Amino acid sequence: MTAHLIVERAGLLDTLQDRGRIGFQALGMPTAGAMDRIALRLVNALAGNTEDLAAIEIGVMGPTLRVEADGVRLAVVGLVALELMGAPEAPPKPLEANRSHLLRRGQRLRVGMVEGARTAYLAVEGGFAVAPFMGSLATYTRAGIGGVEGRKLQDGDMLPLAQAAAREREERKLGAPFDYGSGPIRVVPGPQADHFSDAGHAAFLGSDYVVSKEADRMGIRFEGPAIAHSEKGPDIVSDGIAPGAIQVPGAGLPIVLLADRQTVGGYAKIATVISADLPRLGRMLPGHKVRFMAVTVAEAEALRREQDRRLAQAIAGLQPAMPEGGIDLSALYERNLIDGVVWA
Amino acid sequence: MSIRYLDCGDTAFSVEFGTTIAPEINARVMGLHARIAAERAAGRLAGVVETIPSMRALMVCYDPAAATRAELQPAIEALVSGGLEAAAPTRAMAIPCCYDDPEFAPDLAEVAQRTGLSGEDVIARHLASDFHVYVLGFMPGLAYIVGLEASLELPRRSQPRVRVPRSSVGIAMNMTTIYPFDSPGGWHLLGRTPLRMFDQRRAQPVLLAPGDAVRFRRVSRAEYDAIAAQVDDGTMDWSTLEVRPS
Repeated sequence: MTAHLIVERAGLLDTLQDRGRIGFQALGMPTAGAMDRIALRLVNALAGNTEDLAAIEIGVMGPTLRVEADGVRLAVVGLVALELMGAPEAPPKPLEANRSHLLRRGQRLRVGMVEGARTAYLAVEGGFAVAPFMGSLATYTRAGIGGVEGRKLQDGDMLPLAQAAAREREERKLGAPFDYGSGPIRVVPGPQADHFSDAGHAAFLGSDYVVSKEADRMGIRFEGPAIAHSEKGPDIVSDGIAPGAIQVPGAGLPIVLLADRQTVGGYAKIATVISADLPRLGRMLPGHKVRFMAVTVAEAEALRREQDRRLAQAIAGLQPAMPEGGIDLSALYERNLIDGVVWA
Repeated sequence: MSIRYLDCGDTAFSVEFGTTIAPEINARVMGLHARIAAERAAGRLAGVVETIPSMRALMVCYDPAAATRAELQPAIEALVSGGLEAAAPTRAMAIPCCYDDPEFAPDLAEVAQRTGLSGEDVIARHLASDFHVYVLGFMPGLAYIVGLEASLELPRRSQPRVRVPRSSVGIAMNMTTIYPFDSPGGWHLLGRTPLRMFDQRRAQPVLLAPGDAVRFRRVSRAEYDAIAAQVDDGTMDWSTLEVRPS
């Protein structure tokens, strides 16, 4: 018997995303993949997956999903309201995010607005049984490939589950929200730093830039002081574009290129956002103000290693969580102890 | 020009062989691209994830959890200084193109007028051009194919079209291209191929690869329709496009 999650009502921008389509950029194929690799890793760990399987990336507002399986364990990471709906007459019951839940056949999960970030993620234990395209499930809507028919989820989609029923184990929750860092967004200058004037570099590293409304999975355009080019100008003979590359077209406003970026491009790139700060940048909503700060490649690599270490620590520190409607003996015990203290 | 190693953050760096479009520069890019692929196939260069060739530079993408720039760059430098064989074209492809339907070739008359040639001369020179795929980019499967005969060189259209139909064949500067999807585009359209540059039903979804030698083969509207029908219903034998290098 097949197991599915049914999309009763789609959200605004739900797509299946994994770590991306790696190895085909020489053929002009963008990697796509999750905008927030940290949240993808956490949501998979909560769902009980040992590696990064494809999850639903939720943009702005999430879907309502119905369980057509004997049981499914799922997890959501992000600041987002969740409601569990069982019998039609029963009132919806709020569920916590940042933990796993076991849902039964016929139950529905309503995922609300995503707050404080552009994306939230929903993973299922065992992952989705969707055929990969060029080695990945990542949805790239511009070419209509990956995920579900190469598009965002829509009403009535049936997402096949790789696992027919949930494994027997306790639920897990995140000990504390992961710290994405704060302060300036760190960048490595180059590859075309010589296409910008001294005044252009000073403006870029010395001014506030604001996330504009022109922000999607391909990139974020910033508003702020124009960045002046040198006599070499804004155009180059196209070369490769790394994740986080900051291209500056003729008008002088920087565009940071993200998951759905094209593989090569013909505008001079002043710097590249370091990989440790890219998830934080990708979460920013329009109106968010940032400063850019220059670091070296070696510093960037060290910052990434430190972040990877903290992420591994957060996953090792996942805590047991009370099952829905079940009895959490350790919590009861703690409560009794506290009661004991109060009443002693 | 000396080779420059350009910083692209902590997940990539670019090996820049030049700043212009020239066969000898692109040959070195493709030589290093092939050399790194061979090294990786032999289990070396751990941490390199993939390489992205462009006209004049090779971007080396790496996983900062598995390798550092300080380890990788000397290894790449050693490959470069060991000499890069100008990789022979991997394949020679003959791409059928129909120039005879005015709907397929809306810019043929203007190109003829601006180059002072007849329409038939423009077609003959496009057919006579020895092309090589230098890079794919902009969208999946879109190949920048260099080698257009000099007498046909024109800048891009001053007014790009909002929608260029899939499989249109266009020219601009010293290049030709074939649009893999309906998309905006600014090249001068001379014809259309019944093939699809990108088709996810194929085992190899992207038809052309960097390094391919390309010639165009003129087909009538009737032959165009016959091939297009095979492409549509999935019975096309793609191996027939490959011709032996002369």
